[in-house]
Amino acid sequence: MCGSTPAAENMSAAENPEPGLTDWQPSASPDLLRARARLLEQIRAFFAERGILEVETPLLAQAGVTDPQVQLFQSAGRYLQTSPEYAMKRLLASGSGPIYQVCKAFRREPGARLHNPEFSMLEWYRPAFDSRQLIREVEDLLDKLLPPRPVTRYSYRQLFMEYADIDPFSADLTQLSERLLAEVELDFEPVDRDTWLNLLLTHLIEPELAEMGVVFVYDYPATQAALARLRRAGEQRVAERFEVYVDGLELANGYAELTNPQEQAARLEREQEQLDGQGEQRDIDHRLLQALEFGLPDCAGVALGLDRLLMVISGAKHIRDVLAFDWERA
Amino acid sequence: MTRYTTNEFRSGLKVMLEGDPCSIVENEFVKPGKGQAFNRVKLRNLKTGRVWERTFKSGDSLEGADVMDREMEYLYTDGEFWHFMEPDTYEQHQADQQATGDARFWLQAQQRCEVTLYNGTPLSVTAPNFVELEITTTDPGVKGDTASGGSKPATLSTGAVIKVPLFLGEGEVVRVDTRSGEYVGRGKS
Repeated sequence: MCGSTPAAENMSAAENPEPGLTDWQPSASPDLLRARARLLEQIRAFFAERGILEVETPLLAQAGVTDPQVQLFQSAGRYLQTSPEYAMKRLLASGSGPIYQVCKAFRREPGARLHNPEFSMLEWYRPAFDSRQLIREVEDLLDKLLPPRPVTRYSYRQLFMEYADIDPFSADLTQLSERLLAEVELDFEPVDRDTWLNLLLTHLIEPELAEMGVVFVYDYPATQAALARLRRAGEQRVAERFEVYVDGLELANGYAELTNPQEQAARLEREQEQLDGQGEQRDIDHRLLQALEFGLPDCAGVALGLDRLLMVISGAKHIRDVLAFDWERA
Repeated sequence: MTRYTTNEFRSGLKVMLEGDPCSIVENEFVKPGKGQAFNRVKLRNLKTGRVWERTFKSGDSLEGADVMDREMEYLYTDGEFWHFMEPDTYEQHQADQQATGDARFWLQAQQRCEVTLYNGTPLSVTAPNFVELEITTTDPGVKGDTASGGSKPATLSTGAVIKVPLFLGEGEVVRVDTRSGEYVGRGKS
């Protein structure tokens, strides 16, 4: 190297560590392309054996999610789906019975070690299942796909008590922030309780899960319910939501699904108000609400990130290593 | 100066934090299942060399730092400052001991090295990964002892003291890895 190198030029060099001439090539090795094909085969065999129907739903639809924290890609007045959840619930309401889907999903986020804006998802729904039964089924599936690993179940509260030494339901904001700031340097002021809880989870707790194999976390705070139904657990109202970690990697998110159309409409309207506050206009998916009014059977559903699952299977450290062409090469 | 948002943080990008120029080491985007996304960022403070671990809200930004790396030629030291010259323009810069850091153990006149300038002043000096230097003082060489694996201290022409194999003697040139300060082989000269 010679002469001056302004910082900004350094940056583009770092962004593309290999010379531009080679970036037509796949970012995944041939072994990983084969591992993906084998994974899809095993998944389809698993669901076929259990009599669960494979379905396809639109990726480019007239409505998307209203979650203000999720950014969408838009094209020609339509939205690339961030998950096939709404369409699959419409199928369930129409009497489809148990269904699964393997599809691409899209989130307008920066490409990063664990995030590709276009990614592969496995999502499935089980009428008449509660979250406990669905957790067992996720465990069965992972057992088929991964070498044996220890499996642990924690309620959200137990997890925080055990690894962060704080009760996530009864601690007040001062206690939550003091607990975090004792160990973490934060360069912004979280606006709500859930952000403090998320920071405690990612900074203090998740590193502890890396050596623990498969960890199921259930009974989330009601404020993090998303589309899960609520139930009473002792003093607290909790969301019947669960997350699955494998080797410390957040892999799947499941719900006992909210079926009450009024409650669902109220949650979507609350989100829409937040979006309005940010100056963003997004329509609520009225077809989803109509389906709920017609009647969504009691069911549980879960979405699992297939690219991250492949990272676990292969030990890859970066998501690009499991994608034929990652975001930078797409 | 340009501002960079967390999306643009790449390893090697130079930004200002708490009034000090920093180089980004690592940037991890974190999006919890539900809720605010944030970035966990490791930055090296270029003044102190310390690595900071910080967490920013995604989309927040930092001011870029006027930092650039230049290849220069080391000239001499007057004891207080180490003097460098840009080979194209012959422009000279002086770096104090803190900025010169460990590089001072490896530099001899005319050696090329990398000088990092912050607002035009040397902030740090990086010696080449490998340098060849002459042994000025060491115990006499043990002839034929090439296999015992023993070592002894040797003082090099720059004043640095390293461990060398027993068979080397004064006046011989050795190749040193400046990152670890270890002997890696005999010099070519």
